[in-house]
Amino acid sequence: MDASVTGAKAESVSSESVPESVSSDSVPSDSVISLRGVRAELGSRPVLRGIDLTVRRGEVVALLGANGSGKSTAVRTVIGQVPVSAGEVELFGTPQRRFRDWARIGYVPQRTTAAGGVPATVTEIVSSGRLSRTRFGVFRKADREAVRHALDLVGMADRARDNVDALSGGQHQRVLIARALAAEPELLIMDEPMAGVDLASQEVLAQTLKDQVAADTTVLLVLHELGPLEPLIDRAVVLRDGCVQHDGPPPRALGQHALPGHDHVHPHAPAGAEPIRTGLLS
Amino acid sequence: MDFLNYAFMQRALLAAVLVGITAPAVGIYLVQRRQALMGDGIGHVAMTGVGLGFLLSWSPVWMATAISVLGAVTMELIRWYGRTRGDIALAMLFYGGMAGGVMFINLAPGGSNANLTSYLFGSLSTVSESDVTAICLLAAFVVVVTLGLRRQLFAVSQDEEFARVTGLPVRALNLLTAITAAVTVTVAMRVVGLLLVSALMVVPVAAAQQLSRSFAATFAIAVAIGVTVTIGGTVTSYYQDVPPGATIVLLTIAAFIALSVLAAPLARRRARALAAAQPAGDPAECAIPATRAAGDEVGV
Ligand SMILES: Nc1ncnc2c1ncn2[C@@H]1O[C@H](COP(=O)(O)OP(=O)(O)OP(=O)(O)O)[C@@H](O)[C@H]1O
Ligand SMILES: [Mg+2]
Repeated sequence: MDASVTGAKAESVSSESVPESVSSDSVPSDSVISLRGVRAELGSRPVLRGIDLTVRRGEVVALLGANGSGKSTAVRTVIGQVPVSAGEVELFGTPQRRFRDWARIGYVPQRTTAAGGVPATVTEIVSSGRLSRTRFGVFRKADREAVRHALDLVGMADRARDNVDALSGGQHQRVLIARALAAEPELLIMDEPMAGVDLASQEVLAQTLKDQVAADTTVLLVLHELGPLEPLIDRAVVLRDGCVQHDGPPPRALGQHALPGHDHVHPHAPAGAEPIRTGLLS
Repeated sequence: MDFLNYAFMQRALLAAVLVGITAPAVGIYLVQRRQALMGDGIGHVAMTGVGLGFLLSWSPVWMATAISVLGAVTMELIRWYGRTRGDIALAMLFYGGMAGGVMFINLAPGGSNANLTSYLFGSLSTVSESDVTAICLLAAFVVVVTLGLRRQLFAVSQDEEFARVTGLPVRALNLLTAITAAVTVTVAMRVVGLLLVSALMVVPVAAAQQLSRSFAATFAIAVAIGVTVTIGGTVTSYYQDVPPGATIVLLTIAAFIALSVLAAPLARRRARALAAAQPAGDPAECAIPATRAAGDEVGV
């Protein structure tokens, strides 16, 4: 929120791909996700109260905010799982309602404990992420290889034939990420992909994501802590009570302490410096 | 094997095999989406179809197919729209279907509850030539759907929201599952009966799960169990003069118990085999460090 914390990467992106002349209410042609004035209710309770969010091609955008601030709901309006009561949602320049090209999107839902009532192997779960690339669900050699490759990317290839019920929470999460990667999507939408994933695996996944981004994949992810992903993130959008509170360079310090509402001292601040007071609590 | 010389037994065995294949093949998706009792609900609704068949002198099998497909589609619609009062609506559908069946069959000329009994509990000896034709056609439909669309149905039954984001026609697939379940109920009606159908959809799947780690293996084992118990039950009922439906269902439950008892030692053996295959550098027990490392020396 402070121009001085703008990361080098964010600067280069904004100077390259966003002409200064673009006014805020016209959508740049290269926007992959565009939410304008989006409102949504869940059980007659307003959860999103007019959100604007644009993700351009090749960008990595982090969606931050406290529990219940509407991050998952915002993400689910993008993929059409929550009805929008006002505003517009566009995917790849097409109104969400008319969007059919689902193979371009890989989705990682927020950790669900709901397993099916029948055992299924890791490969079987990840294969369902590949369906959108097949014709009538017939798997060819290339499809099976894509599934194997996706498992390799998250480091779960050695568990390919195991029952998903026999995995730990973090391993399960990595399987869900592999399922999203299996379709080789252009846009990855991930709701807290790192929840419960240990630091070493987070770094593996960060590297995976980096390779994806280098191959021109666009990423929108919900996070609580930037963690090893921090260097990848071009822009952060902070939600609070269903409104966008901040849209700009990612907070420098790690995790929630960087969010508004917290005092923090930058690690590079001179010793004895006053904490920067940004919050209501100070 | 003298029973093979009788035409009625040939028909009965053919019907039994088809039921043994189709009921678990559909049931596995119902179990996966935790709607194990859907088959039971459809069975109740199908009774109205049987009653109408008698009343209008049409084939009870085809009439039951039509009504149970209608009922299954209604159940699916209730699941979409009637979230809060859904279970009440379903209860009315089930018991309305059952009451309708009893009412129509008693209105039919010369009809009585006795006619209904053979549909409720199955009656192999009365399976007619035209019944077998109907059962073959319906079973073919069920097999084509459950095998041909197995990846799609698996995805939808495993994680509906994700399936929607991969662009699968989730509503159409849910409807198709419901319709296929309804068709299966009528396939199985003559063999195990409407009230016992659900057991053959659910119990072989539960039994197969005791042994399997994958969906594909569960599917194969469940169908194998289904075919074994339906043939076994049919032959037993020929020799012992016991009702086939009840025999088949009791055999299925026996298979479930036997596999549950077997599962534990099998799993232990598998674990031992796995441990033996591990390289020697990976001991089965933790090595206890001589001295505890200080907290900040331990890498996490
Ligand atoms: N199915 C639902 N019905 C009614 N209200 C809901 C429903 N799901 C979520 N909400 C409400 O909507 C608000 C936003 O929820 P959302 O899941 O978007 O939060 P979030 O920012 O993703 O939080 P978290 O960090 O815990 O994942 C919450 O206050 C929640 O109570
Ligand atoms: Mg959430």
